[in-house]
Amino acid sequence: MKGYRTAFREAFPYTIPVLTGYLFIGIAFGVMFAEKGYSVLWAILMSTLVYAGSGQYLAVNFFVPGFSFIQVMFLTLMVNIRHVFYGISLLEKFNKLGRKRWYMIFGLTDETYSLLCTTNIPDGVDEEKFLFAISLLDQSYWIIGSAIGGAAGALLPFNSEGIDFAMTALFIVIFVEHWFQKKNRTPAVIGVAVSFLALQIFGADKFVLPSMLIIIAVLFAGKKRMDAEVGECR
Amino acid sequence: MPVSAGTSFLIIIVVAVTTFATRVVPFFVFPKGKEIPEAVQYLGKVLTPAVIGMLVVYCLKNTPVMSRPYGIPELISVGAVVGLHVWKRNNLLSIGVGTVLYMFLIQAVFV
Repeated sequence: MKGYRTAFREAFPYTIPVLTGYLFIGIAFGVMFAEKGYSVLWAILMSTLVYAGSGQYLAVNFFVPGFSFIQVMFLTLMVNIRHVFYGISLLEKFNKLGRKRWYMIFGLTDETYSLLCTTNIPDGVDEEKFLFAISLLDQSYWIIGSAIGGAAGALLPFNSEGIDFAMTALFIVIFVEHWFQKKNRTPAVIGVAVSFLALQIFGADKFVLPSMLIIIAVLFAGKKRMDAEVGECR
Repeated sequence: MPVSAGTSFLIIIVVAVTTFATRVVPFFVFPKGKEIPEAVQYLGKVLTPAVIGMLVVYCLKNTPVMSRPYGIPELISVGAVVGLHVWKRNNLLSIGVGTVLYMFLIQAVFV
């Protein structure tokens, strides 16, 4: 177990933004699920086995009589399809790891993916343990949030409306940090521009998959130009 | 509970397996020890900044721009996060102040 304590201690500060965000969107999920008549144990079970923000929000609607498993599968696939592309950036990093990589693949949420791809490993920390610590800490925040929401969400002492902006702010901060590194600015602009246009054309519910496909097409079209400025996923 | 415990459990399992399937695809296509083609390596490198850009848009996708408050709280808060971060480069400060500002704006100013 030696080395894990250091890894978790070093990883913790990087995960604080996710802690804030996950606690509260986790609470929101727990409340929604409890309103359907599911106890806190069900919320914990789902957050442990599924672990997907928007996926679990959507899934709350599946628990009605007559809903087919095909529909469950199809709708889940639609809302999570963007994750298909995340692993591409982590192939080299994860394929070096041992059996822990299966848990890390399971835990590839938007937030964890962003942290794993953009955090520099501090000196003196084992890379595998550090990355594992980030993944495990993030999921624990999600489970704790769901549990609070499932048990006592309606009794929260303050108005938490808008707290999910923490996630938006996290991605903006990572975006700005990337910008400072002066590498990969073109793909960053492509990501924003293409998804903004796709949002206008396809609407908020359907723009993610077209965005991802057009982004990939544009990235390949500009490969020659971008090869010159390519940096590492880190 | 609107459906039985057994059905509920099965629904959770189906959602869990489907979600995991989306995340594991690239690792099945390129398992340990298999050489990753140069084009895929390139994509892996340029995709992260592009995805983070997309996630910013994704987070703001439901902002109402054609009706009150016309996305003004979002605009101010995003501007504050960017400005603070360029100035101080402190993650927690940028995220903390931005979030509290946004909550204040939508709960107390633009109601």
